[in-house]
Amino acid sequence: MSVSPPQNKIWWNEPVPTSELIWVIIAFVWGLIMFFMMIYWHVYGEQNLSNEAYRITAEDFSAKTEAMVEKYQVREESGYPVVRPPPGDDIYLIARLWQWWPILELEKGQTYRLHLSSMDWLHGFSLQPVNINLQIHPDYEMVVTITPTTSGEFGIVCNEYCGIGHHTMTGRMYVVDNEGT
Amino acid sequence: MATKEQYRICQTTGLRVYKSAENLIKANAVVAIVFLAVGGVFGIMVALTRWKAVHLLPADWFYMALTGHGINLLIVWIIFFEMAVLYFASAVILGSRLATPRWAWGAFALMLAGAVITNIAILQGGSSVMFTSYVPLKADPAFYLGIILFAVGTLIATFVFFGTLVIAKQEKTYEGSVPLVTFGATVAAIIAVFTIATGAIILIPTLLWSMGYISHIDTLMYRTVWWAFGHASQQINVAAHISIWYLIAAVVVGAKPISEKVSRGAFFLYVVFLQLASVHHLLVDPGLSSEFKIFNTSYAMYLAVLGSMIHGLTVPGSIEAAQRAKGYTNGLFEWLRKCPWGNPAFSGMFISLILFGFLGGISGVVMGQEQINLIIHNTIYVPGHFHATVVAGTTLAFMAVTYLLVPLIFQRELIFPGWAKVQPYLFGLGVTGISVFMMGAGTLGVPRRHWDISQADAVLPYDFPGAANLMMGLNGMSALLAGLGGAIFIIVIVGSILFGKRIESSSEEVKAEPAKVVGQYGSAKHPAVPGTLVMVAVFFTVFVLYYYVNWKYLAEVWPIR
Repeated sequence: MSVSPPQNKIWWNEPVPTSELIWVIIAFVWGLIMFFMMIYWHVYGEQNLSNEAYRITAEDFSAKTEAMVEKYQVREESGYPVVRPPPGDDIYLIARLWQWWPILELEKGQTYRLHLSSMDWLHGFSLQPVNINLQIHPDYEMVVTITPTTSGEFGIVCNEYCGIGHHTMTGRMYVVDNEGT
Repeated sequence: MATKEQYRICQTTGLRVYKSAENLIKANAVVAIVFLAVGGVFGIMVALTRWKAVHLLPADWFYMALTGHGINLLIVWIIFFEMAVLYFASAVILGSRLATPRWAWGAFALMLAGAVITNIAILQGGSSVMFTSYVPLKADPAFYLGIILFAVGTLIATFVFFGTLVIAKQEKTYEGSVPLVTFGATVAAIIAVFTIATGAIILIPTLLWSMGYISHIDTLMYRTVWWAFGHASQQINVAAHISIWYLIAAVVVGAKPISEKVSRGAFFLYVVFLQLASVHHLLVDPGLSSEFKIFNTSYAMYLAVLGSMIHGLTVPGSIEAAQRAKGYTNGLFEWLRKCPWGNPAFSGMFISLILFGFLGGISGVVMGQEQINLIIHNTIYVPGHFHATVVAGTTLAFMAVTYLLVPLIFQRELIFPGWAKVQPYLFGLGVTGISVFMMGAGTLGVPRRHWDISQADAVLPYDFPGAANLMMGLNGMSALLAGLGGAIFIIVIVGSILFGKRIESSSEEVKAEPAKVVGQYGSAKHPAVPGTLVMVAVFFTVFVLYYYVNWKYLAEVWPIR
């Protein structure tokens, strides 16, 4: 029994029952499949993180973002600048207590290099309803290449606890249909 | 000499119980249950706040309650109970005296002091940093100090366990290899040592930082090391509650492992691989390579998952074999129908096994795939998953074994046996709801650790779909159900310990005869377990389907690289 020593002292020489052996083999092979699925997806899948990241100070990241806003701002909304950079460009999004800044306006089907960093604490970039979730650190600049494939208005929620105003930390992103440009 | 210490023979199991071990098991288990009550109350307040129609607490109280919920249940309740399990699995199961009981009491005092200090820090309101206390969120130094004291106590208690193994071997209280349950507990203890070491590496600098002696802690370094502690601490539970499954199956239905080699091999895989997977929480962090993420998240090609899948066959398989040996051989499932479902120890154990496998295990592996984590990270799917592992799996297994400890260690009969009978079902149903509805809300993007998903105070609010609010409401109702189950458990156990009818213990004259429960196995004739194989096949089918459904969800997301 499981609460008494093995009756057969040389238990490690006992043969393994066939049913258990089959299950061990199935489970092992399934583990390999799940392991190689991740590698397969890096080669053939479209949703992967490049893990491209740099060390950066909050001041430098803020300066880069403000330069983009100055250059490409198209309008203002609720006190936030709405920025429409050209497709293929580097775009920047600041996470800070408690906002995502600025509002980005992208074109559907175009590709952008999105840079993300935090000015203060850890934040969680959660793009809704697409449901892409990224961890945003201070002092690290994360770069992901995204291609919006649906158009409309998207919400950015913070999903890493960042203090008492956490639930007010939101942002917005627009994706507009390509107007034949 | 302590070897002359008095012991008694348990009339039910024939186990030899020394006074020192018995008292320590009692103390650790009772304190554990007290903190279960504290953490449970916090938990219900959290769930009722996230139920939009109730929205119980203001924001600052909510984050305080959430911190208290995490610390008291993930750490204090579970580890205190695990110390009781370690003493039981060494001293009681091996029929040995406990090594250095004074050190064990010292460990107990340190753990209790640490838990109280951390709780006071939390209740003062200045340490609402969540269970994870990510820098640069800063708590009161007492918050970290309490956890460190608790960890030191745990480490001492773990070494008392190892010492007891040595004594039992030297004094030849058993012959051959240690029983499987003790083997599993040893695995849990080894993982505990790893966990505490990592915890010290990250929490001591953080304590110094909170006191102003260290100026800066890197956020990525913190998360990387903290999770080696935070995730591994939950792996102690896996090893411990699986040992308890084997223990209950043995005591209640007389089950024995179909193959010692396979079950022990599965436990051994835990020793080597289970402490990996710290990166489960860092799959979408910047600054770590995919090679590291894939290796770590997969426990090196899923070798620890292999261990769990093996236990998923061998635990119910051992029960089926024992039941069939009793003559319940009709059809595939007569053995299962004739199991003692009215015994809360058994029903709790079996529900724990099913929920841990189907809900906790499958969701954990799927969300731990590097890319799938993109659509799950930090959503409320994550707590949905770990409520299935830690509450349905670990907590329910610990509740189940407590129903055995009351007569065996506390020597009392259960009061309100009718309540005890329904308790595992109520609690299991409640936790299933908590887990399923949180996972459902998570797939709709609902964030975890969030006071108000309607974002009423935000400048740019995002409207979550109505189904998300519905699921958070159902989660709240499930939490009430689980809370009721938890309350019944605490009332029955505390009531039985205080007012239950005493069970007379035998006098010391009883000879230390070999335990009555010794079983035969290991003969060439292995019992057939067709019912278990069908259950395992169902499990595997669900696993594969759910796995690929999630890849399909991921494929629909915007391309990102």
